[in-house]
Amino acid sequence: MADLGQLYDVLVIGAGNAALCAAITARRAGARVLVLEAAPRHFRGGNSRHTRNVRYAHAAATDYVTGPYTVEEYWDDLLRVTAGKTNETLARMVLEQSETVPDWMMEQGVRFQQPLSGTLGLARTNAFFFGGGKNMMNTYFAKAEELGVDILYEAEVTDLTLENGRCGGVKVRHANADHDVTARAVVVAAGGFEANIDWLKEGWGEGAGNFLIRGTPYNKGRLLRILLDHGARSVSEADQCHAVPIDARSPKFDGGICTRVDCVIFSVVVNNKAERFYDEGEDIWPKRYAIWGRLVAQQPDQIAYAIIDSKSQGIFMPTVFPAIEAGSIRELAEKLELDSAGLEKTVEQFNAAVQPGDFDATAPDGCHTEGLTPPKTNWARKLDTPPYYGYPLRPGITFTYLGVEVDEKARVLFGGGTPADNIFAAGEVMAGNILGQGYAGGIGLLIGTVFGRIAGEEAARRAVN
Amino acid sequence: MPSTELLKEADRLMTICNACRYCEAFCAVFPAMEERRTFSSGDLTYLANLCHGCQGCYTVCQYAPPHEFGVNVPKTFAALRSETYADFAWPGFLGRLFKWNGVAVSLAVALTLTLVLLLVFGLQDLEIMFGSHSGAGAFYRVIPYEAMVWPFGLVFLYALAAMGVGGFRYWRSTARNGFRRLTAAAILGGILDTLTLKNLGGGGGGCPYPNETFSFARRIFHHFTFYGFMLCFAATSVATVYDHWFGWIAPYAFTSVPVVLGSLGGIGLLVGPAGLAWLKMRADPAPRAGALTGMDVAFLLLLFMVGATGLALLTLRESAAMGSLLAIHLGFVLALFATLPYGKMVHGIYRMLALVQNAAEQKQSIYRN
Ligand SMILES: Cc1cc2nc3c(=O)[nH]c(=O)nc-3n(C[C@H](O)[C@H](O)[C@H](O)COP(=O)(O)OP(=O)(O)OC[C@H]3O[C@@H](n4cnc5c(N)ncnc54)[C@H](O)[C@@H]3O)c2cc1C
Repeated sequence: MADLGQLYDVLVIGAGNAALCAAITARRAGARVLVLEAAPRHFRGGNSRHTRNVRYAHAAATDYVTGPYTVEEYWDDLLRVTAGKTNETLARMVLEQSETVPDWMMEQGVRFQQPLSGTLGLARTNAFFFGGGKNMMNTYFAKAEELGVDILYEAEVTDLTLENGRCGGVKVRHANADHDVTARAVVVAAGGFEANIDWLKEGWGEGAGNFLIRGTPYNKGRLLRILLDHGARSVSEADQCHAVPIDARSPKFDGGICTRVDCVIFSVVVNNKAERFYDEGEDIWPKRYAIWGRLVAQQPDQIAYAIIDSKSQGIFMPTVFPAIEAGSIRELAEKLELDSAGLEKTVEQFNAAVQPGDFDATAPDGCHTEGLTPPKTNWARKLDTPPYYGYPLRPGITFTYLGVEVDEKARVLFGGGTPADNIFAAGEVMAGNILGQGYAGGIGLLIGTVFGRIAGEEAARRAVN
Repeated sequence: MPSTELLKEADRLMTICNACRYCEAFCAVFPAMEERRTFSSGDLTYLANLCHGCQGCYTVCQYAPPHEFGVNVPKTFAALRSETYADFAWPGFLGRLFKWNGVAVSLAVALTLTLVLLLVFGLQDLEIMFGSHSGAGAFYRVIPYEAMVWPFGLVFLYALAAMGVGGFRYWRSTARNGFRRLTAAAILGGILDTLTLKNLGGGGGGCPYPNETFSFARRIFHHFTFYGFMLCFAATSVATVYDHWFGWIAPYAFTSVPVVLGSLGGIGLLVGPAGLAWLKMRADPAPRAGALTGMDVAFLLLLFMVGATGLALLTLRESAAMGSLLAIHLGFVLALFATLPYGKMVHGIYRMLALVQNAAEQKQSIYRN
């Protein structure tokens, strides 16, 4: 039972993946640990409960991955997706430690499974959790409870007692009252600020009001703001984040994995002026879905429409919302509330530019357009076989990268680079150290797991000594 | 036809699940779902009956209530199953017994018990009734052989026939083209999956029953129940053969095949139903369909009573209580037989057929790994 009156060794803020990894590690190191989570028990586990896999380095195929993935290859991938915007020391440390992650997870009781169907692109590099991220989180919670970690839900941390880079405790709102909780060390693992629309607007402008947030509504970046206000050093920028195109009809928050729309590469994608704006067929979808969130975000009113004809229906993952269906392009335009003459013209021009070729849904097939701007370089087929289908798309924000700078002991860095005495950070709140921009599927959890373990260990050491 | 409301809800859920797919390793339901993009009422009936109600998918669901998607597959499928039980019942009007099954089964028990006891007390000499009997034919001195074999045999055959018609109706309403291409391997596969309860294995970790921690408790207790029932059935069959072909008249020695089988079966019927009921009482009610609980409990209780009275009869068969115990035991057995087609038992028939269909479908699937 949580006892807000006692002095805890380690206080963990948040109850997602990074937080639980820290709490379990700190408890195993002998610390008295309290986890404070803003959400009710039902919605515990933050964004982590929506996840499905972790990317880790390994020397050979196992039951769960189909081949080797070396630290060097991982590093090359990371360098490419971030365009070098990464802290090499920290990044290499994370990638090297990644080799131990699945075994460590299994020690806590987490189970893995064969890659989910439709995820062939990740089968070699990523290990999938049995039953997905909520099962993983349930397992961590059970383990933490078994070890004697105290967990309090509906307990939002509203402030840190900070003095010269030392934290004496936190203010927490629980059961309609404010409490001061004291601790010898604090781990901040309260996620990014993706659910804080006003903050997103600082990076993206007013248009951010149209963004949909794929994960938890509780990640409002409160702790991040407090740390930055107290002089913690920041990494990455307010508009850097992971964002994918999702169905515009999705819930504002917590739509999770099922809202994705995987037909972009087979589509003609237009904005609300009924104009195309990017090469839909640049590369296979797993390599492109993460740029399309940004692309849609940059369109007027932050909306786009993916349009296919009946030839393409059924060759991509089923969508959670039904396609908007019409017998003609004109009718579809009306249903999507687009300018029908404009859409007809765009489709006509596109159809006229399509070159003959052998369509192959499974690999870049070279079916392309000629003399069209922007071009479509693969999977270009005429839209000519009704019914036609349209999916409205919005940017779905996964998580933000602007965070606090940390050192290899997960200590938050202040001012000129002095590490905090007893404040540690893990997960989204510091992911920007590794991910200045870009993304490689499955690295989000990895960063939280590696830094969560380090933060837990270091916090316990700091507290117990 | 199950109600449109329920079908709509099941369709909504399967559409969400098909776009998520995190649960595909739990059981046969989700790979079967992935074979489809739209869900006819036949598809949904099939998927609902394929579902073993283990609640694994509910426990790990990011969309479980109070999420606005409110995904609760075990509950919806349980409700759908109970509607299909009623729809496929034969004769049709008795399908209504599924609506308030707990009451129906209790009434049946009361009725058969009263009937058997009245008959025995009315027709039989009290001295015989409360006397102690031993040696070959002891039971039949209380209740004559003919009076036992005919009513029980007929009721049992009727139950089999009624369940057979139900199975046929299930098959007809769910069969797709694929299912008709039944192979011996598919039939065998489906039966094997039924006998092993592979789908309560949760892909190797068991199921989260009664709480979020995964274990094999449910599968183990179900095995006790099912194999307990089968052992009792085997005991009766062997005894019939003894009596009919060898002229060896019951009661048999404690070490004889029928008594050993029956004793083991009786123990199974005590441990299994008690365990399952205990799990049910402790389990989170959210993923279950309220209406079904009465049916579950009634069936478990009935099986338990059959086991308990059988074992009591065995232990006290030389005493003066034998006559009454025999009548009571037979009363429970008769209630069990009579309610077989209108109670929880039918789940076994539809489940096995669904598993056979699934085995046939998987053989033709492109998703097989
Ligand atoms: C749909 C979806 C799918 C994803 N799939 C993957 C994947 O397959 N692989 C992968 O690696 N990554 C994936 N990610 C990204 C991944 O979820 C994150 O990188 C990772 O979970 C972050 O973990 P965390 O512990 O930092 O944050 P979270 O898990 O979000 O935990 C933060 C917790 O802090 C709590 N909190 C916030 N503020 C306060 C406060 N003031 N007081 C108390 N508590 C507070 C929140 O309620 C929350 O529970 C996915 C994300 C989404 C949205």
